Amino acid sequence: MESKSASIQRKSTNILEKPLSKGRGEINLSTFAFLFSELVQYCQNRSSSVVDLQQKLASLGHHVGTRILDALYLRERGSKRELRLLQALIFVKTTVWKSCFGREADKLELSNDDEKTYYIIENESLVNKFIFVPKDKGSLNCAAFSGGIIEAVLNGLNFPCNVTVHWHKGTTYMIKFEESVLMREKSLESR
Amino acid sequence: MTNQYYLAIVGRHDNPLFEIELSATKGGDVIGGSREQNANKREDHKHLNQFIVHSSLDIVDEVMWNTNSMYLKVIDKFNEWLVSALVTAGARFIVLHDAKNEDGIKNFFGEVYELFVKVLMNPFYDIGTPIEMPAFEKKVLNAARKHLFN
Repeated sequence: MESKSASIQRKSTNILEKPLSKGRGEINLSTFAFLFSELVQYCQNRSSSVVDLQQKLASLGHHVGTRILDALYLRERGSKRELRLLQALIFVKTTVWKSCFGREADKLELSNDDEKTYYIIENESLVNKFIFVPKDKGSLNCAAFSGGIIEAVLNGLNFPCNVTVHWHKGTTYMIKFEESVLMREKSLESR
Repeated sequence: MTNQYYLAIVGRHDNPLFEIELSATKGGDVIGGSREQNANKREDHKHLNQFIVHSSLDIVDEVMWNTNSMYLKVIDKFNEWLVSALVTAGARFIVLHDAKNEDGIKNFFGEVYELFVKVLMNPFYDIGTPIEMPAFEKKVLNAARKHLFN
């Protein structure tokens, strides 16, 4: 009898019936850190090299990024889209970061010698807060996960790019856009 | 003539995610279904819908850079069909319709987009794959009843 009523209840809580989350839920940092540590361990057990591990983390970030993008669009943008490159980057730096990590990223910079390359800089990345990288994995940066989020969001906004993560002034996400993005940007500018 | 609509959701790589034909029966009830289900009932050229939608994708990709609004209104015409589109972050929603109904379609798009995002939130749904949820289809039909056929 009990199990029957349980199954009926499950039927009525179809995800399409439930309202979308308002996105103001906050969780404890320790909970997040614990989950993230499991995530890193899971990836580490399944990868052979540092590069491989970072790629796996990035692909998990992709999952988050593609989903959060549409959710944010529906929730906050009021049926407006980003057309310009800079707007899209600011959207990532502020809106996306706030909803993922509770604060904005610290800096957004354009590379001096390459107009295709932008940097988003975080002095103290939330995902790296409790991570101590062993000496033999010197170049590993677990913020590859947030790099994956950035990449997925920008790709979703029709700004195809490649994101790599570096240790520089904290954590620096290097965003390299494809040539087509700049060409479109120029044609939009001339209008 | 009763109004007819055809909705297609197209992914980032021009891959179809969902399609449904919407029309009202004589009794005033709204019916919908995939093309295969309705194939026997219709003898005219409804199979062209997919072609019309596909050819309009190029126009969508052009028009979407002229405005920062998601809802692109009527962007194309083919014979008796008008083509309206909504561009979101992850997908393009395209509706074929044979009568002007700007506000109705806008509201319909809004509701379907919200449903679509709810499906996206499901971690077991692989992004970019066709949506095969009976509940989703039902909800889309309800939305159509509310906004398109009233």
